[in-house]
Amino acid sequence: MVTVKDYTSDVPIAWCPGCGNFGILQAVKKALVDLNLEPHQILFVSGIGQAPKLPHYTRGNVFNGLHGRTLPAATGAKIANHNLTVIGIDGDGGAYGEGVQHLLAAARRNVNLTYLVHNNQVYGLTKGQASPTSDLGFVSKTTPLGSGQPLNPMMLALASDASFLARGFSGDIDHLAGLIKAGVTHRGFALIDILQNCVSFNHINTFAWYKQRVYKVEEGYNPADKTAALLKAQEWGDKIPIGIIYKQERPVYEDLLPQLKDMPLVKQLINPIKIEALMEEFV
Amino acid sequence: MTVDFNIMVGGEAGQGVQSVGAILSKAFARGGLDVFADQDYESRVRGGHNFFRIRAKTDGLPAISLELDMLVALNKETIDLHANELKPGGVIIYDAEQTKFKAEGSVYFDVSFVRLAEEKVQNKLMSNTVAVGAALGLINYDFNLLSAVLEQEFSRHGDKTVKDNITAARTGYDFAREHGKTFNIPEIRLPAQIKRRLLLNGNEALSLGAMAAGCKFVAGYPMTPSSPILEYIADKGRQYGVVMMHVEDEISAMNMAVGAGFTGVRAMVATSGGGFALMVEGLALAGMTETPVVVVLGQRPGPATGLPTRTEQAELFFALHAGHGEFPRAVLAPANAADAFYAAVKAFNLAEKYQTPVLILTDHHLASSYATVDLFDLTKVEIDRGALLSDEAVKNLTDYKRHAVTASGVSPRALPGQGKALVVTDSDEHDEAGHMIEDAATRNQQVDKRLRKRDGLQREITAPEFIEADGAAVTLIGWGSTYGAIREAAALLEKDGKSVNTLHFRQIWPFPSEAVSAALKKAKKNIVVEGNATAQLAQLIRRETGYQVDATILKYDGRPFSPSEIVDRLNGEVKAW
Repeated sequence: MVTVKDYTSDVPIAWCPGCGNFGILQAVKKALVDLNLEPHQILFVSGIGQAPKLPHYTRGNVFNGLHGRTLPAATGAKIANHNLTVIGIDGDGGAYGEGVQHLLAAARRNVNLTYLVHNNQVYGLTKGQASPTSDLGFVSKTTPLGSGQPLNPMMLALASDASFLARGFSGDIDHLAGLIKAGVTHRGFALIDILQNCVSFNHINTFAWYKQRVYKVEEGYNPADKTAALLKAQEWGDKIPIGIIYKQERPVYEDLLPQLKDMPLVKQLINPIKIEALMEEFV
Repeated sequence: MTVDFNIMVGGEAGQGVQSVGAILSKAFARGGLDVFADQDYESRVRGGHNFFRIRAKTDGLPAISLELDMLVALNKETIDLHANELKPGGVIIYDAEQTKFKAEGSVYFDVSFVRLAEEKVQNKLMSNTVAVGAALGLINYDFNLLSAVLEQEFSRHGDKTVKDNITAARTGYDFAREHGKTFNIPEIRLPAQIKRRLLLNGNEALSLGAMAAGCKFVAGYPMTPSSPILEYIADKGRQYGVVMMHVEDEISAMNMAVGAGFTGVRAMVATSGGGFALMVEGLALAGMTETPVVVVLGQRPGPATGLPTRTEQAELFFALHAGHGEFPRAVLAPANAADAFYAAVKAFNLAEKYQTPVLILTDHHLASSYATVDLFDLTKVEIDRGALLSDEAVKNLTDYKRHAVTASGVSPRALPGQGKALVVTDSDEHDEAGHMIEDAATRNQQVDKRLRKRDGLQREITAPEFIEADGAAVTLIGWGSTYGAIREAAALLEKDGKSVNTLHFRQIWPFPSEAVSAALKKAKKNIVVEGNATAQLAQLIRRETGYQVDATILKYDGRPFSPSEIVDRLNGEVKAW
């Protein structure tokens, strides 16, 4: 039986006290314990930022790669060994800025991955610059005139046909853990945008700001209804929906590959590969 | 008897130049001749001017010749552009009716490709096959060899297509036998013994090598000249357990390959300079996370988009220095198609043994030129996965350290999900367990550990091939695809009483300094021949050995070196032999 102790790391945590990341870390651990997954069955893939440090603060296999490149590395890993539960972790800078093209491609491709994006609408690691999701007019050292139109990650993911789309809040750990569980068990690409406060650099979208605005999607809301999802995804401001916004069942990329049918690529013996027949084609 | 027959097929993109060239190449190869065929085409799908130049010879050297014995012109522009390349006694075969151009002169042989195809097989699409037949008829080539090739080429289209093509070829062949008697083209005598050999290009050889080596994952974004590698593996990989992913960009391709490599499969990317530029951050990621990955960098002229469908060797420094920070790597530069096969096998072994990126530098000339090579010796394909731990060893390993410090710098490698071991790595500097660190002592320990792998890599690199000639005054130095042209230039000079040594690099990094220094002492003049404008190999030799070469013969017009060009330019450099 897996317990939260299995996911306890002794690596000292470098986040600011009061950071929303602590709640997300707790939710991740809770979800994995609830799913009865052992750390060696998990591969965390992350980029650069405060959020991508998360895998070091729990236990599992970890590939902490480049800023913005989490999804490609995670995709390569998943195709190499599709028995692993692969969880990508990034902030809004890596996911929606530096690496946004990979988000569109991953959503379209529908590899069986879960992608957690800690969205605090500001850059933390580099100390307070505007992010793609910063509110219109957000003044920071790199945007003294105020930042431009914010990117709506939910709309972007829907337009790219993400097969699972949810939004959570770091202040509601149980609810968030439920979304992570649903994302991990969903067959296909799951994007979970997680609203999170930054105590050091975002004094507008604070913990209280989010707390007052978030609400759980209504009973009876049907996440299979894409038109409803498109409306839900546009809600922002006084009321911000959290929960599963959209979910569809469609074939995952791995299912289309005959090469993966019998066993993961990594389990296939490579010694020796018989290429005589291929060579004959050139005689 | 030596044979050196040079034939060019030219026409617009879309006219079938490639397929005519491929059939002729195969027919010559089946006759036991050494074939070297290069292609020249523009960055367009229709129109423009393309040619396919085939050299059938007996000395085995893969090199072009600029002097033609025969020109098969599918349009008038081919005549305008290439008639002056014809040797004395050469022939231009063309279709006056179709090109609406009646050439005057004894070198022209008018064959109505289109009309003959329409008359005999009621299909003008087979006019190219008539042209092939006419070309081979003129040299009285064994028709059975041609008909066997046509059967192989067209069998997938059904019996009628095969039969009609053979009829069309026979028509052209007989026409040439009957009406081409005035031309004085020497017949080709075929070798008595015909060996079964392969006819393939550098990309195909490299793809086969990668598959033989157990490559399981390739990610890429199409870019000339490397797209055919992606296409070949996407196709054949379905039956051979190799996944090729066509992804959103080269940044993604590289990071995917690194992710797959970390997870334990042999992974590769294949691109050209522009794509590699986007991969460079990921290359450093592989260096830092000690992840095996193989990179095929097919060079073409730059900077930026350059001449997309042509050749150059200007990315030697790029391959050596790409990536921020310091990490070990190997750079291989195959000299011909056979080399490309074995280089791929070696690259995967080195990448896994030293847990670091390995680059294979090719260029458009090697990648897309066809050559006959002996069947690859598959018994030479050995797979060495280095310090990869067995499933048994990893099963209950609970305190695994991915980046454990060792004397060789190579850490025992477990894979995520292989057992209980948790495999942790980071693009940040990290400790032995893979967690990020800030302290100076650990930083130094990890940098030193990674760089110690250079010593092992250095021992793996094969010294450049040094061929000495008696009393040679000059050593010609080259790397990669110029091998055939340089060796043939040496043979031409030899005939002229001028002997030269050749020193040729097939593996460039870590630099084999000792062997190079020893070779450079042998001749009075050391001259580097390379396909770039700044003499990158010459600069590298200076840096690594202290030797300044005496002269350089450089070429950066996007075209491959021909042996005669090297000879002419060498005669300009060397006055006293």
